[in-house]
Amino acid sequence: MIGDLFKETVWSLAGNKVRSGLTILGIVIGIASVIALVAVGQGAQNSIAKNIESIGSNLIIISPGSQRVGGISQGGGSSETLTTDDADAIKSEIANISAVAPSVSKRYQVTAKGNNTNTQIIGTNADYLAARNVAIGSGSFFGDSQLKSSAKVAVIGPTTSEDLFGTDADPVGQTIRINNIDFKVIGVTVAKGGSGFNNQDDIVYVPLLTAQHYLSGNSYVNNISVAAADQQYMTTVQSQITELLLRRHKISDSTQADFSLMNQNDIIATASSITGTFTMLLSSIAGISLLVGGIGIMNMMLTTVTERTREIGLRKAVGIRKIYINLQFLTEAVILTFLGGGIGIILGWLASLVISKLISLTAQVSLSSVLLAFGVSAGVGIIFGFYPARRAANLSPIEALRYE
Amino acid sequence: MIECRNLIKTYISGDVRTDALKGVSFKINKGEFVSIIGPSGSGKSTLMHILGALDNPTSGEYFLDGHEVSKLDDDELSDLRRNKIGFVFQAFNLLPRTTVLRNVMLPLLYSGMTMEERNKRAKECLRYAGMEESKFMNLSNQLSGGQMQRVAIARSLINNPSIILADEPTGNLDTKTSKIIMDAFRELNRKGHTIILITHEMDVADCANRIIQIRDGLVERDAPNKPNDHVI
Ligand SMILES: Nc1ncnc2c1ncn2[C@@H]1O[C@H](COP(=O)(O)OP(=O)(O)O)[C@@H](O)[C@H]1O
Ligand SMILES: [Mg+2]
Repeated sequence: MIGDLFKETVWSLAGNKVRSGLTILGIVIGIASVIALVAVGQGAQNSIAKNIESIGSNLIIISPGSQRVGGISQGGGSSETLTTDDADAIKSEIANISAVAPSVSKRYQVTAKGNNTNTQIIGTNADYLAARNVAIGSGSFFGDSQLKSSAKVAVIGPTTSEDLFGTDADPVGQTIRINNIDFKVIGVTVAKGGSGFNNQDDIVYVPLLTAQHYLSGNSYVNNISVAAADQQYMTTVQSQITELLLRRHKISDSTQADFSLMNQNDIIATASSITGTFTMLLSSIAGISLLVGGIGIMNMMLTTVTERTREIGLRKAVGIRKIYINLQFLTEAVILTFLGGGIGIILGWLASLVISKLISLTAQVSLSSVLLAFGVSAGVGIIFGFYPARRAANLSPIEALRYE
Repeated sequence: MIECRNLIKTYISGDVRTDALKGVSFKINKGEFVSIIGPSGSGKSTLMHILGALDNPTSGEYFLDGHEVSKLDDDELSDLRRNKIGFVFQAFNLLPRTTVLRNVMLPLLYSGMTMEERNKRAKECLRYAGMEESKFMNLSNQLSGGQMQRVAIARSLINNPSIILADEPTGNLDTKTSKIIMDAFRELNRKGHTIILITHEMDVADCANRIIQIRDGLVERDAPNKPNDHVI
């Protein structure tokens, strides 16, 4: 009996290759796109969160410009309100902080030995290492004397080193050229493994004064990184900094502040609200594909209803019981949706892998997206494959044979 | 074994009401060879569907081997059709894109019979219906009208039914093919099967031992006939 059922089903599916193929295609498209798009969205979200976490949890970043609006800093870094003196004042007047690192940053073309790369130049001081969790791999970071003398020395990230000097080369002691000025490389940082949007390994550090002198040409800074001595001091330190800077900038109304403070949690919140929107967008696209796939499946199933109703009429006319007819059509629908579902899941997963490689982030296939996509497609396939058949099997054979 | 009492069938489609059968009564005994003849639209196919347990009358009673057919449930009707009735449709009704052999074996599905046995039986029935061996694996849509008719007849024989109902089995066929098919029915009748066949051609009807004439949904004449085997 079961053998008959199975043979009948397989034969029926194989005998209607176009119908079977298109139904499977509809399911595959729906499922694969949902899986891939949701995976990319989540991958992006995780990768950004990881990048942010790697910058340190006791970190407070002070940026110039107006107060945050709705959690997003307005034009951070564009206005010039923070100076090195502000940083010095914070360092000398506020307790429970372990590092204060003012910094300027800008992208420049960097060349060495005929190689060149476009990378982020950060002018800062030695506190930056502690504030941002940066470690030195070979050579050393610049110290106070090099800071004060505006020495033309640079510490480069491992990716930059590779781009300029090739793999396994030791760049310490070599010269790189930034904005037509020669800098001597004195150290290389340890890889932080950041990727994609915000690669913290593709970077060049130079002394703050040097950057202001040779590159930016003024004494303003783009931001000040402050590390609290411990997580527990974060709130006090933040309010003390705000108070101090308001006083120094002679601003009485704190809503008019010309700087803004962000801690790691704020940054994560901001970033996840952005990636959340991104994921939402991808999910909507995925939802639309699922809908399109579903309509395709439904359409395929419904356009064959006439032919299938007649077939069911004939089966009943020759004396096959209703239960076997129902079972056969249910099995058909189940096999189609599971076949399509299986292919769709594999395809979606492969697509996520390929996209991961292409845009260098780890796309994460989530079980819930697989289940959702599969559930919807399978539901549509089974309902629209089985329901008309069940109805037809309840007709008298003559009614079913006459159906049009 | 077959008894109809005052069968009435009324089709209602939209506002249109068609009285296809207006009170048909007769008895047919086991082993009879009966022709039902009448002009097109007189209600022959409608009657045949009721006799074949494929459709229910609007009113009236139909007994088959003592069972009142309209009282049977869906599964009992299926079993009845499978075990007792071989039906040859006017429109053949073969499964599309399906081999001749598979079409003939269709009623044996879920019977628990082995594949070899099914194949053997199907081939026997096909040979019996005069089908060429070389066409057994052809798809149903690659056949001529006469070949489809033979496949339809072979399928009706597969369960060795006691009653064979054929709706205009020679309607689309040339004289030579018609003769082969009528020979098959005569042979089946000799073996003890009850044969009821519908036709609108007098010389086909003339093969039977009894002719029932239908007109406008009523039995006009019901009389024994001396079969004339030489015409067809
Ligand atoms: N399903 C149906 N719906 C409505 N009218 C029908 C249906 N089937 C048959 N009829 C009508 O019933 C009458 C008898 O039809 P039928 O039994 O097919 O006649 P015959 O087989 O003798 O040509 C005809 O007038 C036909 O139009
Ligand atoms: Mg007819």
